[in-house]
Amino acid sequence: MSTLNAYILTIVTFIPLGGAVLLALFPRRDRDLRVFALVVSLLAFVLSLHLPVHFARHHAGFQFEQDIQWITTPNIHYHLAIDGISMWLVLLTTFLTPLCVLISWKSVHDRVKEFFILMLLLETALIGVFVSLDLFLFYFFWEASLIPMALLIGVYGHERRVYAAVKFFLFTMIASVFMLAAILWLYAHVGSFQFADTQQWLRGHGTEIQGAAPWLFLGFFVAFAVKVPLFPLHTWLPDAHVEAPTAGSVLLAGVLLKMGTYGLLRFNVGLFPDEARHNASWIATLAIIGIIYGALVAMVQPNLKKLVAYSSVSHLGFVVLGIFSMTQAGQVGAVFVMLAHGVSTGALFMLVGIIHERRHTFEIAEFGGLATPMPIYATFFLIITLSSIGLPLLNGFVGEFLVLSGAFLAHPLWGILAATGVIWSACYMLWMYQRVFFGKVNHDVNLALPDLSLRERIALWPLAVAAFAMGVAPLIWINAVDPTVRNVLSIAAQFASQVVAR
Amino acid sequence: MNLWLIPLLPMAGAIINGLFGRRFSKTAVTAVGLAFPGAAMLWTWKAALQFAQLPASAIPHIENYGPWLGAGDFLANYGLYLDQLSLLMALIVTGVGFIIHVYSVGYMAHEGGYYRFFSYMNLFMFFMLTLVLANNYLLMFVGWEGVGLASYLLIGFFFLRDSAAAAGKKAFIVNRIGDFGFLIALFLFIKHFGTLDFTSVFEKVAGFPQEATAGLLTTIGLLLLVGACGKSAQLPLYVWLPDAMEGPTPVSALIHAATMVTAGVYMIARSHAIFDRAPIALTVVAIIGCATALFAATIGTVQHDIKRVLAYSTISQLGYMVLACGVAAYSAGMFHLLTHAFFKALLFLGAGSVIHSLGGEQDMRKMGGLRQHIPGTFWTMTVATFAIAGIFPLSGFFSKDEILYRSWASHYGWWGFWAVGVFSAFLTAFYMFRLWFLTFFGEFRGVPAPEQHAKRTGQEHHAESHHIHESPRAMLIPLIVLAVLSFAGGWIGWPQALGGSNHFERFLAPVFEAHEASAHEAVAAGPVEGQAPSEIALTVTATGAALLGIALAWLMYYKRRDLPAKLRERFQGAYAALEHKYYVDEIYAWLFVKPVIEGSRNILWRVIDAGAIDGTINETAEAARDVSNAFRRMQSGNIRSYAGWIAVGGAAVVAYMVWLGVK
Repeated sequence: MSTLNAYILTIVTFIPLGGAVLLALFPRRDRDLRVFALVVSLLAFVLSLHLPVHFARHHAGFQFEQDIQWITTPNIHYHLAIDGISMWLVLLTTFLTPLCVLISWKSVHDRVKEFFILMLLLETALIGVFVSLDLFLFYFFWEASLIPMALLIGVYGHERRVYAAVKFFLFTMIASVFMLAAILWLYAHVGSFQFADTQQWLRGHGTEIQGAAPWLFLGFFVAFAVKVPLFPLHTWLPDAHVEAPTAGSVLLAGVLLKMGTYGLLRFNVGLFPDEARHNASWIATLAIIGIIYGALVAMVQPNLKKLVAYSSVSHLGFVVLGIFSMTQAGQVGAVFVMLAHGVSTGALFMLVGIIHERRHTFEIAEFGGLATPMPIYATFFLIITLSSIGLPLLNGFVGEFLVLSGAFLAHPLWGILAATGVIWSACYMLWMYQRVFFGKVNHDVNLALPDLSLRERIALWPLAVAAFAMGVAPLIWINAVDPTVRNVLSIAAQFASQVVAR
Repeated sequence: MNLWLIPLLPMAGAIINGLFGRRFSKTAVTAVGLAFPGAAMLWTWKAALQFAQLPASAIPHIENYGPWLGAGDFLANYGLYLDQLSLLMALIVTGVGFIIHVYSVGYMAHEGGYYRFFSYMNLFMFFMLTLVLANNYLLMFVGWEGVGLASYLLIGFFFLRDSAAAAGKKAFIVNRIGDFGFLIALFLFIKHFGTLDFTSVFEKVAGFPQEATAGLLTTIGLLLLVGACGKSAQLPLYVWLPDAMEGPTPVSALIHAATMVTAGVYMIARSHAIFDRAPIALTVVAIIGCATALFAATIGTVQHDIKRVLAYSTISQLGYMVLACGVAAYSAGMFHLLTHAFFKALLFLGAGSVIHSLGGEQDMRKMGGLRQHIPGTFWTMTVATFAIAGIFPLSGFFSKDEILYRSWASHYGWWGFWAVGVFSAFLTAFYMFRLWFLTFFGEFRGVPAPEQHAKRTGQEHHAESHHIHESPRAMLIPLIVLAVLSFAGGWIGWPQALGGSNHFERFLAPVFEAHEASAHEAVAAGPVEGQAPSEIALTVTATGAALLGIALAWLMYYKRRDLPAKLRERFQGAYAALEHKYYVDEIYAWLFVKPVIEGSRNILWRVIDAGAIDGTINETAEAARDVSNAFRRMQSGNIRSYAGWIAVGGAAVVAYMVWLGVK
């Protein structure tokens, strides 16, 4: 096992890439392509299970490390490793991808080959982002994830797909430039792209960079805040979601957004704890605005997919608030919300995609009374709705509760304002659910809608089970996250004490 | 004692019927749906017998099953807590719950989604038992939110009807407003005590002195009250309960009368250690309870829908319980909770039987003279009506009497609370006997059932109702059992003033006294001698008020049936206000719902999101395009112009290097 431990991250990261290459050589027989993509993504998932099984839970540092000099000048390392935070994000990625393949089985007809190639490329890039401990490598994967995603939206999307794809690309691209500048500045001073080296250096040179630190912090922050997306940088998200194909939306909401929050936690808090503390109040304010604003705007959306998209803005607000509460509960909760949101919003987008496949519309007004022709669909939708509004014993509650309690510890007002989110989320989700599923069927086309097929049920069951498991036994996940967060916060505290000492 | 079986047995029933009920035969669904809550009831009895053997030092009996969630130093466990209070609640929930499950077999026999109904009902039992047995506030919150979910599902059970779906949603959202207060209280516990375990929280609170002014405990108390106002339908969050009557009648009986809505009262009683030290919070509790009791009773006097009358009656009776808690007479509140569970469940089930016999009719204006047609229902409901009116020696008499006495005589009491309470008791007797006379006496005013039935599609329809008929035995037996309990259930609390020994209060006494010993300096929840008139005098007055209410109802709805119409003519404004429930729903819609929705749509979404933010960005993009166009023009293909640009660039680089050198 120990030999496998040294290579497991490389294997998990690049299996999808390998699959994509092989897929390129396949003849254009759609069925074979789909089955192969499914097999590859399942393989990646099974192999990634190695990580939680062999992860040393109470060890706070990085594990499964692999560090090879890649390029000597500039000094770039191929350095992969995970801690309790990134491990679960890798798992989330490998868990969602096979489900995305399943849900795209029939909905993608044209250029099937390219579709699955893009999806597998995207998976490699996403995993790469979470496992890279070299800033250059991280940036490489970060940007690499953009291209397949933009293409998935631009080629396989709906009516305004090109607008949405360009908007998505430009927003995140422009924002990333600031991060690149910060990374290059750091390299020029540290002489290494290594995360640990950079952290060490920053810790030793606190006073020298006092002038630069706010700008470096901001550089990273802008890139991540756009990705999250944090209010008021969120407007690319609804467009991207509405136009994206179902699988694109699932991965976009499920994983891509978490790149942003992961970055905030790893780099903004990890590298610049002082700046994180100083800037916490306005960032938390934006996060709280996002929670409430996202929910209120979601409430009045006539479009199902936009509603879910704005609900993401609200949920991700919880994550950012948790991170910048700078408390143990808040940050553990933030990580948990990332995972829970990946599961429940991923499932919501799948469900919305399923109805779009049948009716080719997302307009809520086109539905009504769907519980009658599609009872199983309605049941799945209800379970996921409840998980999304944070019903206890489902996944949404745990993270929200921890984030709110952390925010309250940091600042009672933050906790109180953000906690109104529990009211708003019930409003928009239940109102939507009522309009879509209850009452009599008022459009005759909806009368004959077929209920979930076996394939669709297979794609949804794992998510429903995960929603329950994460709600009933959240410590399975938290056990690994808790020591890691404590580590992050203790480093932050050391920084603070150094500053005070000076 | 393996207490975990008590909540998990109904859970198993819910899962089995939920997953496979669709494929089961009706008998199998019934068997599963009854067996699991029935087993939970038996297990509760077994636990009660074992509990009786426990020495006082082993109470509360706590069982811990393992950690649930936590971060850092905070950890919440799965664990259950059995003391006299939670045992009493568990007995009520499983007992009344099982009776109502049996009744449902008859009542729901002809409804679609039979398996779904039993699955939801069992799910409710799971969450309610979790709520009452939890050993920490977070697990209690699980039950708290969970019963809200079950209520949502069951109110919206007839989801084809838009009003039912809307009522379910309303119930959930209004409850969430209450839950918000509860949550903030939990955060205060975590922040100041670092734990949510009942035992540790109460221990730490016991060290606090009594807070005379606003402070931590007062804040916590008020926030818990917000939660209780949501769940127990108190002012100003009561608005969901009348609408909840859209659910099937057994649901109204179980959830919206006997058990779930009493959760707020239970929670306050459970948290008495906090309230005992927060007199301001207590006073607010008393005022809210007292105001609700009166407010809802006035509305109840003019409603036409039989279930709505009972709904407002429930709100009003819950007000009594909250009032009792507010004067620190927790065991009086719990006593009324117990007797109310019997007679209000009976009233709802009886009303259900009436509705069932009329093929779905709920409007009392179309009833009348049903006494002969459905005698079983009539006699059982009569018991309940006398019980709720507080007539000696029925159960309601003892519990209401206790509350009224304490509301004046307690250390926190005030004659005003008592006066409002007595007036509400008069109203209670009046509206209940109004219902009784309108339903069972006089001539039948309705249309024959078959046309009824055809007219009300989508309603609870009962296919076999071709004439007014008595309900099947599965429905009658529960009625009789509850009638016996409503009659005699109050005797366990026979007050000393009337020659009894109040076993009930003595049973609960350890719970409410346990923590007082340590911080007793200012608290004296018991009656204070000499402050109030004697208990007998108060009892006689209250009974007099009830008899007066009955007499008035008799006059208006039996003897002189022209009177109500005349009064209506005379006091049109007041009558309209009452009939429209003081326009509270309309005011809320105008004050909260509309501004939030319109504001979100027209300001947040259209102006800020699409206009300000996205507009700015798109304009920036266009500006960028213009700039790019300018740059594009530089690439003219003209060598000389390229050379010129290179020269400019070179000059800039040189200038920069020179500047660096100089610096």
